[in-house]
Amino acid sequence: MTAAEIHQPETGAMLTTADGAPLKEALARAMRRARFRAFLLVVPLLIFVLVTFAVPIAQMLYLSIHNPVFSDHMPRLTAYFEAHPDIDVPGEDGFAALALDLAASKKDRSAGRVGTRINYERPGSNSLFKSGARKAAKFKGPPYKEKLLKHRKDWADPHLWNVMKRAAQAHTLGFYAAALDLTYDKKGEITRVAPERRIYVMLFVRTFLLSALIAALCLLLGFPVAYLLANLPLRYSNLLMILVLLPFWTSLLVRTTSWITLLQSQGVLNDLMVATGMVGDDGRIQLMYNQAGTIIAMTHILLPFMILPLYSVMKTIPPSYMRAARSLGATPVTAFMKVYFPQTIPGIGAGCLLVFILAIGYYITPALVGGSTGELISNQIAFHMQSSLNWSLAAALGAILLFGVVLLYWLYDRLIGIDNMKFG
Amino acid sequence: MEESSAFVEFRNVQKSYDGETLVVKDFNLSIAQGEFVTMLGPSGSGKTTCLMMLAGFEPVTHGEILLKGRPINDVPPHKRGIGMVFQNYALFPHMTVAENLAFPLKVRKVSDADVETKVNRALEMVELPGFGNRRPAQLSGGQQQRVAVARALVFDPELILMDEPLGALDKQLREQMQYEIKHIHEELGVTMVYVTHDQAEALTMSDRIAVFEDGVVQQLASPADLYEKPENAFVAGFIGENNRLSGTVKEVDGDVCKVALDEGGTVNAEMVDAGGVGARATLSIRPERVELLGDDGTMPNCVLGRIEELIYLGDHVRIRMTVAGTDEFIVKVRNSADRRDLQEGDEMSIGWRSRDCRALEPIDA
Repeated sequence: MTAAEIHQPETGAMLTTADGAPLKEALARAMRRARFRAFLLVVPLLIFVLVTFAVPIAQMLYLSIHNPVFSDHMPRLTAYFEAHPDIDVPGEDGFAALALDLAASKKDRSAGRVGTRINYERPGSNSLFKSGARKAAKFKGPPYKEKLLKHRKDWADPHLWNVMKRAAQAHTLGFYAAALDLTYDKKGEITRVAPERRIYVMLFVRTFLLSALIAALCLLLGFPVAYLLANLPLRYSNLLMILVLLPFWTSLLVRTTSWITLLQSQGVLNDLMVATGMVGDDGRIQLMYNQAGTIIAMTHILLPFMILPLYSVMKTIPPSYMRAARSLGATPVTAFMKVYFPQTIPGIGAGCLLVFILAIGYYITPALVGGSTGELISNQIAFHMQSSLNWSLAAALGAILLFGVVLLYWLYDRLIGIDNMKFG
Repeated sequence: MEESSAFVEFRNVQKSYDGETLVVKDFNLSIAQGEFVTMLGPSGSGKTTCLMMLAGFEPVTHGEILLKGRPINDVPPHKRGIGMVFQNYALFPHMTVAENLAFPLKVRKVSDADVETKVNRALEMVELPGFGNRRPAQLSGGQQQRVAVARALVFDPELILMDEPLGALDKQLREQMQYEIKHIHEELGVTMVYVTHDQAEALTMSDRIAVFEDGVVQQLASPADLYEKPENAFVAGFIGENNRLSGTVKEVDGDVCKVALDEGGTVNAEMVDAGGVGARATLSIRPERVELLGDDGTMPNCVLGRIEELIYLGDHVRIRMTVAGTDEFIVKVRNSADRRDLQEGDEMSIGWRSRDCRALEPIDA
């Protein structure tokens, strides 16, 4: 084989090594060990992320469509529903299953949890199940229907049976429906909940709008600061950078509560305005415990996340671009708009996306300063996680939020391109 | 104010950044229309600062800069109408080549049809027709450099400034671009002010060269004069290669003097800026002007030297010798057919003509 043959194989022919093995295989073999080593380096982090992040999220997502509380603790009734899917209010056999399950639940103390599960969709069911279980434990035999109805007339409520029938299905989209202010009416059709109970859709819309507004405010405030940071002499820009990062080193709670001190109606700002006569004592401006409070505090807290990506992009734009534009005849404004600004777009994109996504999931600040009008969807998620213990609904709300963020991310990638983004 | 016929004129220009040190000390320079003037100097010598003041990016601390007889100290850069090529080209990365070239025309509100004609003409001038739709990042360094030149020319400025435009190119490309820029200069008849720290570049391209050091112009002269007749030790050392011998002036007769070398022997030299009789002097001799003398050879100036090292370079041989106490004395010998057979350790006489040896004031004196 001549040198020319080795270096210039026929087009289409497979490249081989000197001893005739396919080149690709030889390359893969040579690289395998290096790749394996590189993989070993990331294994600890991979395991950590899997265990603490990926798996819990997957579990949570599963929880949003899977809630086995009822089917686990009311096995006879669940079996009865499977056998009689079309039943409305059953006869003695159905009530027998209910009464026996209730009696069993008294024994293993699960009546409260089952009651809570039904209570999500039919208020007042919690106490019904608890007292019903106590009663049923004392039943010595049939007729169960008569005895239960004697306990409470509610046991014959068709809506209750409807709710129980759906709750018996461990896999359900009911929590997603609830998260979108939808419910099953007494006939089992999907309808919107009563107007006064529609809160989640409104909260989702508010969360997205406020997050967009906060991102826009951060951009407006952060752009000039980032520009200064990138263009000042080093000793000044270092000082300024410390000022920008200072909030990072302060506890989030401290920052939020200091905003409360500043902005509440008896706070520093209002006192100052009253003292200078800008507003009367009775006309103090409400800046806390409403949307204004959420917007002000969150804009402040998220500002560094806008400034840092902007700064890192601006730092890479050499001053010679602006000079070149000026020397070519552009006024300072034209030079900025046509030459400087377009080059900062990757930073703007990264900063806005970062602030927006952080704002969407923000929880402590709106909880402390938002009042009822400044509350975001994350506060409801926390409420269902901690207070109402309706984890499935919390999971459904979280999954919708996650879906929204992924959708936005995808849109951003389609419109601007994720490769154009620079975080630092 | 007196009338000035110069196209660009620096008058007593001083520049300080911090109010404590002068980066440019009393800079005076007149440039005629159509001239190619290079500011040459080591980094930090003030040459780029002068260019930036001319372009309008740095304010003048003291003095005046005139363009076509009109002071431009207070004219903002975008109204000076000066084309500029930057060190790293400063091509706008978010625009195509054509958009880059159209930029100076668009801001001047040139009609779209004219923009297209001019852009195409400029691209042809730098031999890149058909590259209009590419992005700067898709071009090689040399191509980017041409686009930068084209962009500085496209709006027909009468004055073009270049700030080390070839610094990022490899040697071969750099030499090629030197000729191309030179040809563009000749073709268009524009005035060019060029900044570089590369003396070969300056010698190749310029009509006149201003050698900068420490904020002061050491010498302003044509390339040949700069090389042949350096006016002080800095210029002699900075331009080209140079052998230095130190001694004391013994006798002065017009522009000729006799200098006693520290290690013994006396040589004749051209008097440049060394002090009078008794003053210390640095003698500067170009390596290619030194001749190796055979046993019978004679020269007006003869000293004994010993060969320390022979460096074969193809077309010539460099010989490092110990002469008059220094072992850094370099002699260049053409690699001709009758070249003598030399060995390291040989001792022989070397000599040079009196006018090739210049007596200069020592730098650290």
